[in-house]
Amino acid sequence: MQSAPKEGVAGQHNMEELRKLQPRYRGLEAGHRACQGCGEALAARLVTEAAGPDVILTNATGCLEVFTTPWPQSAWRLPWIHSLFENSAAVASGVEAALKAQGRSTKVIAQGGDGGTFDIGFQALSGMLERQHNILYVCYDNEAYMNTGIQRSGSTPHAAMTTTSPPGKERMGKRHMKKDLLSIIAAHHIPYAASASVAYPADIRRKVRRAVSIEGPTFLLIHSPCPLGWGIESDVSIEVARLAVQTGLFPVIELERGELTGVMPIRNPRPVTDYLKLQNRFKHLFTDDPRARKEREHVQALADHNIEIYQLRGEGVDALDTDGADTVRRGGVVD
Amino acid sequence: MLHALEGSQAIAQAVALCRPAVVAAYPITPQTHIVENISKLVADGKLKCEFVSVESEFSAASVVLGSAATGARSYTASSSQGILLMAEVLFDIAGMRLPMVLTCANRAISAPINIWNDHQDAMTVRDSGWIQLYCADNQEAIDTTIQAFRISERTELPVMVCVDGFVLTHTLEVVDMPTAEEVDSYLPPFTFKNKLDPKHPLSLGTLVGPEYYTEARYSLHRALEKALPEIESADADWAKICGRASGGLLTVDGPESATIGVLAMGSVVSTLTEANEILPGKKRVKLMKLRAFRPFPAEALRQACAGLKELIVLERAFSPGCGGILGTEVRAALAGMAKPPAVRNFAVGLGGRDIPLGTLSKLLDAAKAQGNQGFSILDVEPERLPPEDR
Ligand SMILES: Cc1ncc(C[n+]2csc(CCOP(=O)(O)OP(=O)(O)O)c2C)c(N)n1
Ligand code: SF4
Repeated sequence: MQSAPKEGVAGQHNMEELRKLQPRYRGLEAGHRACQGCGEALAARLVTEAAGPDVILTNATGCLEVFTTPWPQSAWRLPWIHSLFENSAAVASGVEAALKAQGRSTKVIAQGGDGGTFDIGFQALSGMLERQHNILYVCYDNEAYMNTGIQRSGSTPHAAMTTTSPPGKERMGKRHMKKDLLSIIAAHHIPYAASASVAYPADIRRKVRRAVSIEGPTFLLIHSPCPLGWGIESDVSIEVARLAVQTGLFPVIELERGELTGVMPIRNPRPVTDYLKLQNRFKHLFTDDPRARKEREHVQALADHNIEIYQLRGEGVDALDTDGADTVRRGGVVD
Repeated sequence: MLHALEGSQAIAQAVALCRPAVVAAYPITPQTHIVENISKLVADGKLKCEFVSVESEFSAASVVLGSAATGARSYTASSSQGILLMAEVLFDIAGMRLPMVLTCANRAISAPINIWNDHQDAMTVRDSGWIQLYCADNQEAIDTTIQAFRISERTELPVMVCVDGFVLTHTLEVVDMPTAEEVDSYLPPFTFKNKLDPKHPLSLGTLVGPEYYTEARYSLHRALEKALPEIESADADWAKICGRASGGLLTVDGPESATIGVLAMGSVVSTLTEANEILPGKKRVKLMKLRAFRPFPAEALRQACAGLKELIVLERAFSPGCGGILGTEVRAALAGMAKPPAVRNFAVGLGGRDIPLGTLSKLLDAAKAQGNQGFSILDVEPERLPPEDR
């Protein structure tokens, strides 16, 4: 229980004490410049809220960096550093090395978009994991380069339209598949890696708390809709995010040392078209073009494959909106 | 105490004396011996620091960026392709005003791939906002490394210590290695007011729009200009402790009455000094060793050039399609003089081409033929060129 503030003269508390007295810690304040309904903004708030105040953040170039820190303002209440697009993990490695040298126990959280993580910053991330730095890396996955105006990334799902994967006579959106980043992360055999979705805030908080309590490298991939880039209304971000999980297109899983140890079950898998049809980036899949039907079937097959390999099918009624409280655990540490 | 040490070993020991808290580096010839020596010092417990053995130079620079921002004295080293791979981070480090020291074991740039010495690597990042100091010998490399930490931490600017690859890094010389007490009395522990600290949360590296960007860049320019006296006092104060100076911004050697000057940077200065001594007395030149290339000591240069009729600028890199880099900057600086000397400009010793003692005489002869705005590569062998370029 929160102890009551000690009686005293107003203004006697310093910043540090005041922060301790907050009922709920906030690392990312309101007033930033994100679009309405931005999944990334919500996810970053949840991550910093759960991680608490003794944290240093690094940030790759991208929407999150730009919308939170238009000089001379900053929405961050935590020490935060942005250097470049592709080095969040390496800068975090340096921060962590310095903290170690200084004997400080502050936790380091590296942040990046999917472009800064799956693509250009991938080498630095792999190096950070291999060297076993005590860092939580969080990737806010909005499935394209949003900051530069919606270009395809290695994370953009198959068939999605972006400005560099437009549909046309020769193409049905992105030709390639979404990179299976978690499997590559798993191959580093780090203590803990997980995926999460902004549609399940309690699950994010739990996973962040779990990750920061572990000494060593940990990784969290958070599916974060981008109304602008996905072509959705800002008031359906969460609904769309939830459908990504319920269709099996975005599996919410946990890995320990590379082994699957937990999944968020799907009781009633929804057809992928429920998810796709809400988004402009897939609208070319809903024409009478014969290729459109083929692509829809292809995407359904991808979802079915995920459900099968991660054994996502759950039992009971519809417990999906129970905030991940029903995450199945197949061994591993229970917190 | 005097020791016979390889340049890289001497530099590694000098770095250790400065007690860095974080070192990150990646191997590349001819810098590799420096990271190897540091690794050994760490393994032997002679250097207590976090040594981060990274997966690329890009990450090496990024790691020290992060560690310096967290208030840790930080060091890295590289060469050539490594410096180019770091380039984006180097600009960022300087723009963020993060103090640290980097040894550049100067080497040529690809293509064609060449591992030997010239200055094209450091020259290519001359506009990054780093202080650049050039060393003429390994004693200067030791002393400049120690001074570099002080300059960096006082000016909140990163310092690149340039040492010629192989010529210095792989050469065994007798050097005087300072004691820990001497270095400790000169270099106080590092404290950084803008460090990342949850008790005083700061946002570093934020987005700066047109309203403030000009001012931020102006401040960086001013900071480099203001570093000029810091470089001089760092050298003078170190000389008080160990009895040796490394040449402040720029030093002039040779007869007072000489009307021809030769200006160069790095180890070639040692060669030229020797060559000058064996020239007949009347022919001897005023030899200028430019130690600080960034910030560029224009005023000191103008003073040093007073009374000169001709200044020959010898450099180890150039800008293809334009000409000399150092030469162009010297011409610009001297244009402010009432009676500037005529400036001749030559590149020499590219990609490790030997610079023998005879270079000085050859240079003096070639200078007569070159016009005032000219630039030539002194040691091109026409018969090795394709016919169309002869
Ligand atoms: C080396 C480099 N290349 C390109 C860019 C331009 N750039 C800035 S942010 C960005 C995309 C960011 O995408 P992502 O990482 O997915 O983050 P998001 O903006 O979607 O959150 C790009 C291409 C850059 N800043 N640096
Ligand atoms: S473009 Fe997308 S990711 Fe960027 S701020 Fe807007 S909603 Fe968020």
